[in-house]
Formats: sequence, structure tokens, C-alpha cells
Amino acid sequence: MATRAIAARPAIAEAPAQRAQPVGDALAITWRNLLTIRRTPRLLVFATIQPVMFVLMFRYVFGGAISTPGTSYVNYLMPGIFVQTVVFGALTTGIGLSEDLHKGLIDRFRSLPMARSAVLVGRSLADLVRNVFVVLLMCVVGFIVGWRVDHGWLGLPAALLLVLAFSYALSWVFAIVGLSAPDAETAQAMSFPLLAPLIFASSAFVPVKTMPDWLQAFANHQPVSVVVNATRDLTLGRSAGSDLLQAVAWIVAIVAVCAPLAVARYRRVS
Amino acid sequence: MTESTAIAERADGSPAVSSGGEPAIVADGLVKRYGEVIALDGVSFMAPAGTVLGLLGPNGAGKTTVVRILTTLLRPDAGSGRVLGHDVLAQPHRVRASIGLAGQYAAVDENLTARENLWLVGRLTHVPGAVVARRSEELLQRFDLGAAADRLVRMYSGGMRRRLDLAAALVHQPAVLFLDEPTTGLDPQGRNELWRVIEELVGGGTTVLLTTQYLEEADRLADRIIVIDHGRVIAQGTAAELKASMGATVIEVAFRDATAVADAREKLAAIGPVTVAGRALHVGVADGPRAMLETVRVLDAAGLTPTTLTLREPTLDDVFLTLTGHIAEEPAEAGNGAAAIAPRRAGRGGA
Repeated sequence: MATRAIAARPAIAEAPAQRAQPVGDALAITWRNLLTIRRTPRLLVFATIQPVMFVLMFRYVFGGAISTPGTSYVNYLMPGIFVQTVVFGALTTGIGLSEDLHKGLIDRFRSLPMARSAVLVGRSLADLVRNVFVVLLMCVVGFIVGWRVDHGWLGLPAALLLVLAFSYALSWVFAIVGLSAPDAETAQAMSFPLLAPLIFASSAFVPVKTMPDWLQAFANHQPVSVVVNATRDLTLGRSAGSDLLQAVAWIVAIVAVCAPLAVARYRRVS
Repeated sequence: MTESTAIAERADGSPAVSSGGEPAIVADGLVKRYGEVIALDGVSFMAPAGTVLGLLGPNGAGKTTVVRILTTLLRPDAGSGRVLGHDVLAQPHRVRASIGLAGQYAAVDENLTARENLWLVGRLTHVPGAVVARRSEELLQRFDLGAAADRLVRMYSGGMRRRLDLAAALVHQPAVLFLDEPTTGLDPQGRNELWRVIEELVGGGTTVLLTTQYLEEADRLADRIIVIDHGRVIAQGTAAELKASMGATVIEVAFRDATAVADAREKLAAIGPVTVAGRALHVGVADGPRAMLETVRVLDAAGLTPTTLTLREPTLDDVFLTLTGHIAEEPAEAGNGAAAIAPRRAGRGGA
């Protein structure tokens, strides 16, 4: 009988200690999340419809009423659209985590001898890949409606990298939201009031100078504006020095603060 | 009983027994509070290696909380737990490396196939790729998922998901398996299939902690049973011991109307501990035939005519009803019933 064979086995305490493998674990989770994205293409479609609608609306409906000194409105608009797209896209990180949590998958992961950071790193990396796809798609949409990058083709890749880095940082913010919300719908509902002021009280769609003074103070310095300005400078071939530095600082700061908080939250989530 | 290849091999590679004869699972005075609610109020038990411990109790008794603490998912407010000698708070990583967890919510990824689910768990438990592939194949065959192995799990039935969930808990050949209400919500066929699979695992020497609200399940699968209610252990023993505590035999008497039930309960209390389940009374007795005669005399003298009058072996249902008293329907008569079964509830304190 098998039981007897087992009694002779060494105790697990004597087996070589299994060490956490943060990179391998995170990549396994990334693979799993990318498969999920590929197998639920409707989510990707809906994720891109909204920014496309925004492009069309601002380009053809509101755009005529907004004057942007120095460049055409579509050239002014597209950097804002990129940032807006990845900001709302970061919601998916939170929603996805919240779903994993409430379907019991996170319980399974937390009961495995895997790195505590892996589920979150894997999720944020998969969402980064998704964002690459969405941002490239938005480039195509932009070109179709007349967006042109006239000054230097180095500026565009730099601008897209900046947008993607910002999207990655935001994934960590929404990871915290997703792990804290009672369910996925609430995670989404909780996020919108947080996001709307950041997106709309910013330089994404209209020049900040048109806003009342008290709002300008906020709109000029909040991270979305800073990243939009830097992206815009890069695509318009302007010198992006100060905005770019500020934008990178925001990105580093957000990851430095939110990633450890999110992992701490993951450890204690129940 | 012949072991299948898969199970025998699983058992061979599985270190199921810790050194020094320490029990595989130990819970020591576990306490967990949620605000005012006390989910666990000092739960202690142990499971020797290679045995199945059944944690039996109604919904909300605290069973899942115990499992979550012992699988490192939740920190207790007081008390400690050890799995294969590893402290769940101090050495969570070692505990996780030695356990498998299958829960009532079938934690498998719907957007992956069964094979991919097993692959993922294999990678995350750091089993070498070639071994994961071979073992996955064995598990898929063993759990009758071979034909559906490459289908997305979202197409699966509830029973198939549960089996996959269990398979996923076994990829890394854990020495200790936690099954949290593995068959809750399954139809009888699915339940029987899962029971068969669990019995085979146990035959292979895995230590199992099983929570259930089904007495039949605990009776069939568990070597020892811990009965918990309101976060406390109220009884423990083998199924046979628990049944014996009820009396060797149970007399079941049922009536058409509630007045008769109340009347009979009072009269029959002299014969043995009485519990009420709806319109039926269960009397635990030592000497069945003699008590049966006495019951007939008492009922006849009182002019009570039952719709059912049978003598049978006690089931865990009887034990559970006796211990928890949950199913008492008429609150007005609770006093009588409580008095009748008081000796058996002595350990419960309060409530």
C-alpha cells in the first residue's frame, strides 16, 4: 500500500528550501494575463472604442471652438488623447485584479510558494503590453484624422515611451484600488471621480489658460498635465526639458510609492 | 485496492510525514474577530500525518476561517497554526510549499484551458517544466478531464471545475491538502465523482483537512471529525465515537401536528436525550429494543399516535442536531429541549 512507501520519505523540512523566484513568477502571471487579453478580444475592442470616440468628438465637434496657438488643434489634441487613453486604460488593471480577487484566484496564488509581488508585477506588465497595442492603434487613428508629427521622428518614439511609462505607473495606483474595492464594479465606479478631474482639468484637451485662475493652479501642476505637456513638446519638436523632467519624476515617484503599498495590500488582502 | 499509476507515483514523490512524529496539521487556540463578531473563539485540533480530518459545521461556524489561517491567507488575532512543523505566521513560505488548497469557489482561470491552468500552477510552484507537463497529463486523466484538457474552462460544468480545482491543488504534490467544502453546490453525481477522487488521494497517503457541512461527506471521508459551531470546537472523535455518544441507537418518532410533538418531547425526555427536527423527534438510547417498548408504552399512555416510529442506527445528523440544537423549530419549547440534552451541550458554554 502506498502509505507505507510514504512513511519512508524525508520530511519536507529537509527538502531543499524553495526560494521565491520573483522574475519567473511575474513572467508566468504575465503570460496568463496576456492569454486572457487575447481570449477576450471584446474587452480590447471596448477599450479602444472610447478613445476613438474622443478623437472624433474633439477633432470634429469641439475642436473648432478651441484655439491652440502655435499648432493645429489635432496636433494639440493627440498627445492629450494618448494620455487620456492610458489613464482610463489603467482602470483595467484594477478591475482585473478585483475580478481575480473575487473569483478566488488570488486566494490560490497567495497559497502558493510564489513571490508576493508576482501577481501585481505580472498584471502591470501584461497591461503595459496591452497599452502598447492601444497606443499604436491611436497613432493610426490620429494619422487618419490629420495628426502630423512634423518635427523630428525621434520625438515620437520618445513621446510614446513616456506615455507608456506613465501608464505603467498608473497601473500600480489602480492595483491598490482593485485590491481595496469590494468588487470590480465598485472599483470602476470608485475610479471615475478620481480620474475625471485629472483628465479634464488638465492641458489634455484645452489650453489651461482658458480656465479660471484657481483651477489653473491645479491644472498646471497635476501629473496628467505635466505628462501631456511633455508628450506634446516631444511630438511638436519643442524643447521638452522641464516638463519632461517633471513627468519622469512623477512616474518614478508614483511607482516608488504605490508599488510597495500595493504589494503590502496584496499580502493582507482577505 | 489497486492504486492507479498516477496516484502511486504521486505518493512516491510526496513527503507526507514530518520528522519526529509531529502531527501534519496543528491548530492551537485560534482566535479571529471581525469587529464585534467572533469568528473563531479558541479553536484547537491536530491531524496526524496521512489521515483525513473532517471539520464539520453549519454555514458561518468558522470552518473557512480556520482553513484560511492554516493556509497563510489570513492572520489569526491569537493562537498559532503549524503545518508539517512550520509555523503559519513565522514560516509562511515553507507552509505554502507543502500545502495544496482547493476551495468552494473553484479558483481556476476561466480564460485558460485545463492544461494551461495546471501549467500555471506548476510554474508558480517551481516544478520543472517537463515534470509539470507529465504530471498535468496524469492528473487530467485521473480526474476525467483528458478529453476537455484543451478547452477553455469557461465552457466547463461546475463538477469539471471542481475537479480541475482539485487537480491544480495537486500539481506540486503537496503533502497536506486543504479542501474547503469541496462538494458544496455540486449535484449528487458530481459529489460522488469528487468523493471517489478524494478517497483515492487519501489512499495515497496525503494528509487532508476537509471542511464540510454535509455529515454524509465527513462520515464517508474523514478518519476523525471535529464539530465546530459559533467558532468553537463542540465535539470531536471518529464518526463511530460521535455516533456512540448519541446512544447506540436512535428512536425516531414523527407526528402530524406540533402539539403532539411538544407533548411527546416532554414525555420521552425520561427515556433518553431528545432532539426535534421539524415534526420528528429523535431519542438517543443505549438499549434499543427495551427503550422502544418503553416509548410505545409512554406514547400509548399519553394517547399520542405517531405517523412514524422506527429504531435505527444513529447518523451524524443526529449527533449534529444534538450538539448544536440548531434545528429546534418551536422557540417556546426550547427550554424543554435544552434541558433534555443539556449534558451533551455542557462544553458549549453560553449560546
